Amino acid sequence: MIDVENLRIRFGDREVVKGVSFSVKKGDSFGIVGESGSGKSTILRAMAGLNESWEGRIAFGGEPAALKRPPGFFRRVQMVFQDPYGSLHPRQTIDRILSELPLVHGMDNIDKRIVQALSDVALPQAARFRFPHQLSGGQRQRVAIARALIADPQVLLLDEPTSALDVSVQAEILNLLSDLREARNLTYILVSHNLAVIAHLCGQVGVMLNGEMVEQLSAQDLRAGKTSHAHTTELRMLSVGLEEPA
Amino acid sequence: MLVDIQNLRIAFENRSSWFGAGRGVSLSLGAEKPGIVGERGPGKGLTGRALRKLLPANAAITADRLSFDGIDLLAASEKQMRQIRGKRAGFILQDPKYSLNPVMNIGRQVAEAWRAHKGGSKRQALEAAIHLLDQVKIRNPREVAASYPHEVSGGMGQRVMIAMMLAPDPELLIADEPTSALDATVQAEILRLIEELVSERNMGLILISHDLPLVSHFCDRVAVMYSGRVMEELKASELLNARHPYTKGLLNCMPSLTHPRDRLPVLNRDASWLTA
Repeated sequence: MIDVENLRIRFGDREVVKGVSFSVKKGDSFGIVGESGSGKSTILRAMAGLNESWEGRIAFGGEPAALKRPPGFFRRVQMVFQDPYGSLHPRQTIDRILSELPLVHGMDNIDKRIVQALSDVALPQAARFRFPHQLSGGQRQRVAIARALIADPQVLLLDEPTSALDVSVQAEILNLLSDLREARNLTYILVSHNLAVIAHLCGQVGVMLNGEMVEQLSAQDLRAGKTSHAHTTELRMLSVGLEEPA
Repeated sequence: MLVDIQNLRIAFENRSSWFGAGRGVSLSLGAEKPGIVGERGPGKGLTGRALRKLLPANAAITADRLSFDGIDLLAASEKQMRQIRGKRAGFILQDPKYSLNPVMNIGRQVAEAWRAHKGGSKRQALEAAIHLLDQVKIRNPREVAASYPHEVSGGMGQRVMIAMMLAPDPELLIADEPTSALDATVQAEILRLIEELVSERNMGLILISHDLPLVSHFCDRVAVMYSGRVMEELKASELLNARHPYTKGLLNCMPSLTHPRDRLPVLNRDASWLTA
């Protein structure tokens, strides 16, 4: 479904992504972990078409993505951002936020689509005419997910979708994401620095270090500690060490 | 006892009514390192702010006892408070991105903090600032001192915040979510640094965080707060035997690397927790 080959991204003279390749099958999830500055979000932004200065090959469903994405691309690929406090327009109602994409793409039945999208992410219909500041962080992230789903996409690019949320809300959002994937056969690419979140949602994990993907392994191997690169081992040790209460 | 809080209540006035935020929080800091844990909005940050009397004008604090090193904070004048804030009780905030001045280089910011408390010439202050940056284990303090906040990483920024806080040699350190904006690897480094500094300088530490396991690693006692109340207070080592459903729920709903689960249990909040 998704093929990324030898992706290189540079800002000025600094190369921040140095030849990354991976592929994801339809209905699978691929997780990218790494520290901040390792280039993981940069990859995602290039895939979403938010950054046009990349080299290499990015293909969705066998079709190479053009540097300038055609409008139809965004009906198939959508992105959910990290911070639901920053990614929703503060002066627009949820109704307005959700109707933007169907309007741009000239879709019909916008009213029905919004009703459906809200119920898909388990938000009450009453939320439709609220403003983002009237919702909690978890509800806002649901709105952001609803906004991505309203295009009926095949691929969701998730950039740290739960790191701005409380742990109990994080659990709800993770459950929602895995339910949606099952119901709609979605393909996810999830970027996070939290190994436990990645391993929970993804079958395959890529580890980034200084712009290179130093290791790709399955979530089972990661859980079992069958890591081959020192950086993966270190990340895993830290995660396991802090996970267990003392 | 360095800090003693008994039955602290914080209330906010809005146009028509009073809204209670902190409801009967008790906490004491002597030889032990206490931690306050809870999710967004239970008033853990407010408790930290109340200790420095830095609450908005429409907030009212009442407590049976609120004291710092024997000084009654409720009766303390603004002048006395200024002796405590920053000077005797240091504060580390969540996100260095927002707490550092973006248009002032790091050396000058740290020097400013040092001069505010110790006086001295600008040159002395700058030397002291470089020394402080060195103490928080920044490898090239001179270079960092000359750079601006946007040029350094989040972990480095947090080290700079800690260096500023160390300037007046405080006796107490209140760390309010000191690492939640940072990566796992950097998180561990910063916490280790805080722990080392605390034991080297014999400071008291109150750690405020939403991350239960993390707090349990660095504190002796943990107070779990929910909606302005302390639900449960227990020894960090006994966290696994927590009795309150909220504490258990918080521990349970985290995805785990070593114990995979298909679905995560969701926390069911019970209204009776607030009346019990």
